[in-house]
Amino acid sequence: MTIELRVNGVSHQLDIEEDMPLLWVLRDELGLKGTKFGCGVSACGACTVHVDGEAMRTCTLPVGAVDGADITTIEGLGADQAHPVQIAWIEKQVPQCGYCQSGMIMAVAALLDENPNPTRADLDDTITNICRCGTYQRVRAAVDELSQA
Amino acid sequence: MGKFTRRAFMATGGLVGGGLALGFAFAPNRLTIYTADPDSADAQLNTWVMITPDNKVVVTVPHAEMGQGSQTGLPMMLADELDADWSTVSMVQAPATEIYANSDLARGFVLGDVSLPNSIFRLLDYSLFKLSGMIGVQNTGGSSAVRYTGNMAMRSAGAAAKHMLLQAAATRWGVSASSLTASESVVTHAASNQSATYGELASEAALMEVPLQPTLKSPDQFTLIGTSQPRFDIPSKVDGSAEYGIDVEVPGMLYAAIKHAPVFGSKYQATNLSEVRASRGVMDIVELDGAIAVVADNFWRAKIALDMMELQCIGGDRQSMTSAQIYDRYAEAALSEDGSYDADIGDTAAALAQSDRIVKASYRVPFLAHAAMEPLNCTASVTKDRCDVWVGHQNPLGARAAAAVAAGMDADNVTIHNRMLGGGFGRRTPTDFVTQAVTLSRQVGAPIKLIWSREEDIQHDMYRPAVANHMSAALDADGMPTAWTNSYTNSGQNEPAESPLTQYAIPNQSIKGVDVDSAVPIGAWRSVGHTQHSFFNESFVDELAVEAGIDPYQYRRKLLADMPRHRKVLDVAAQKAGWGEPLPAGRARGIAIEQSFGSIVAEVAEVSVSDDGDVTVHKVTAVIDCGTAVNPDSVVAQIEGGIIYGLTAALYGDIEIADGCVVQTNFPDYPMVTLQQAPDIEVHIINSGEAIGGVGEPGTPPIAPAVTNAIYQITGKRIRNLPISAHDLS
Repeated sequence: MTIELRVNGVSHQLDIEEDMPLLWVLRDELGLKGTKFGCGVSACGACTVHVDGEAMRTCTLPVGAVDGADITTIEGLGADQAHPVQIAWIEKQVPQCGYCQSGMIMAVAALLDENPNPTRADLDDTITNICRCGTYQRVRAAVDELSQA
Repeated sequence: MGKFTRRAFMATGGLVGGGLALGFAFAPNRLTIYTADPDSADAQLNTWVMITPDNKVVVTVPHAEMGQGSQTGLPMMLADELDADWSTVSMVQAPATEIYANSDLARGFVLGDVSLPNSIFRLLDYSLFKLSGMIGVQNTGGSSAVRYTGNMAMRSAGAAAKHMLLQAAATRWGVSASSLTASESVVTHAASNQSATYGELASEAALMEVPLQPTLKSPDQFTLIGTSQPRFDIPSKVDGSAEYGIDVEVPGMLYAAIKHAPVFGSKYQATNLSEVRASRGVMDIVELDGAIAVVADNFWRAKIALDMMELQCIGGDRQSMTSAQIYDRYAEAALSEDGSYDADIGDTAAALAQSDRIVKASYRVPFLAHAAMEPLNCTASVTKDRCDVWVGHQNPLGARAAAAVAAGMDADNVTIHNRMLGGGFGRRTPTDFVTQAVTLSRQVGAPIKLIWSREEDIQHDMYRPAVANHMSAALDADGMPTAWTNSYTNSGQNEPAESPLTQYAIPNQSIKGVDVDSAVPIGAWRSVGHTQHSFFNESFVDELAVEAGIDPYQYRRKLLADMPRHRKVLDVAAQKAGWGEPLPAGRARGIAIEQSFGSIVAEVAEVSVSDDGDVTVHKVTAVIDCGTAVNPDSVVAQIEGGIIYGLTAALYGDIEIADGCVVQTNFPDYPMVTLQQAPDIEVHIINSGEAIGGVGEPGTPPIAPAVTNAIYQITGKRIRNLPISAHDLS
């Protein structure tokens, strides 16, 4: 089946199975490796991208369900690491191994779009991404800085 | 490998692209083997440091980056000794070759052929007990990067390069080297008002004699070490450009998904192969040792084809094995009078017989999976005469050896392209997944990227060993221990050797391990033996304090009277955490301290338990004495991360066995601490100036006992088996 996607401003027409998860379309069909595979069951958030502006986990999201959608991945978030979340992430030295951080950053960017001054409870409830290196303290610090800005 | 010579440590100062390359080599012909591009002006030799004519410093780091920051901390150590302008310093990761094995300097020392600065002899001497295990290992683990590579190789290379630059300037200007100063990559002769950049001097410096015993700075002369510098790897980790093993693309590459037979020691047999073969994109089905793999043109297609396979698990002798059986067997084994002694001091039997205050307790910790965020993966390309492997690995030399065996060729024909690691924690030290990828490529005849699913990662790990023990202690009239016994099960991975020891001054000690069969594959897990033994030791000493009726912090303090570094770490932790200050109802603090990997860490956890028995860790105050903190912000980050890693294990971590298989499958049933459960963490660093200690692991051990000790204060319930979530605290 032919699927139409607009990814980071570029339109694609793809002849692929509609039940292929968007994650693998992005990674293996479009070569966008910044979005990560972590669990395959939408539990960890490493695969989070923006679908029509909303944060979504893509490892269980069939590409057929987002036919025609406008998708932003970590590669399209900000040129030259200039998105405010990216700047804060560097400033607070958030990443360690960094593998979960594409998803973490996309989730936080979507939250801040919707709620520029999240409380700690908002953050805890919304950002359920798993980071095995345990960078949570710095995620909080970076979001605090962003919400005061 | 060539014999070490006196010049082995500092290879000749090579003239490379008009610059100075200073390194480490065994034989002259080795110098050009790994040149990245011989025609390039910046040709890369097997060197620790290269100074280019345009005044840039490039440092080669032999350790992998998995977020621990050693690819920044090590260049800092070199640049400090070099007095380089930090803004001109960059790093490259060393190829997997023996030249960069981090045992080499120490091995040379053992052979007596390498001349090293006197100031590091003591450190070497201290580390010799570990060397046999390190030989030939270019390992990233054991919190070793800064401790060994940094102190031995990086600082010496930086100091030697600086010496040669000063000699070059002295020769050029006809002045004495002692009349020169070096700072920010510039050599200055103040008397004649002359100066030159390192880049300008590099080609002349390369002709100077290499000092075999360069003078190292004393800690008060450090200008870069001890300052917080942004990590080199972070910018690429905020825009998706960092390339992990799983991101590698090789022309003509196919993808493989794998399923291991669930029962340990068994095999898989498939029945509907023709149906699977017909699935879109499927290219091949390959039987591996205890596993089966489907190869396709896309990972997802390989995965769904594998999922449609009808598989039968056959063979194996552990079909009925359960956690309860394993635990019973361990508890029984630990009762044995036999065992291998870690400490046998004084007469514990007599001390126990004389005391009328005996405390006894038995503890147990479960198997744990590593669950690094990046699922295990490896890409391999085997052709007629060579094998290329792209992988994020903690032990690239081990990976090369395993790949060579699987490819059926000499290790010299194998190249490991080490990539960023999406977490390691010890799981990326074994080579099982490398062997599988190479075997697949060899069999299929195409480059293969093998990716394990999360379920395979959880169910076929090399687990942190479960350990059970029995402890006893005798207290004197003041409540202080006169005897301490600990008999624990040892199924391997019981290292470092000091991990079972108590750090407290107790006159009679009997600490021994009883060998048991682990029943499941085991491996090193962040902080290795300290994860289990810190929980045992720091819980049991808390029980003694309770029995003695003495505050647990003060009790430890008394027992550490002759250990000033420990005592200071403990005191600062207690003070910063407000130990003894009132807390809201239902909240309490617990404390624990552990020395591991050359660093001492104390942690105070502030915990509450709800009426329903839900545990909340509100705040953790941690103090570390790692001798000298090279990059303090990275030290803080590692302690923060080590605490979260240990907290996940303490609260939830439990790999259970039923019917010979691991019960847990993925994050929903092997849960992790997320933002919601993550405490506020405050880290304080003590720069004692003692030998540099590791920081990647020492944050993990104390958190479990700190939390369970606090839970005891609140509930009166002593948690002797982890995880905490298995206990009803309502």
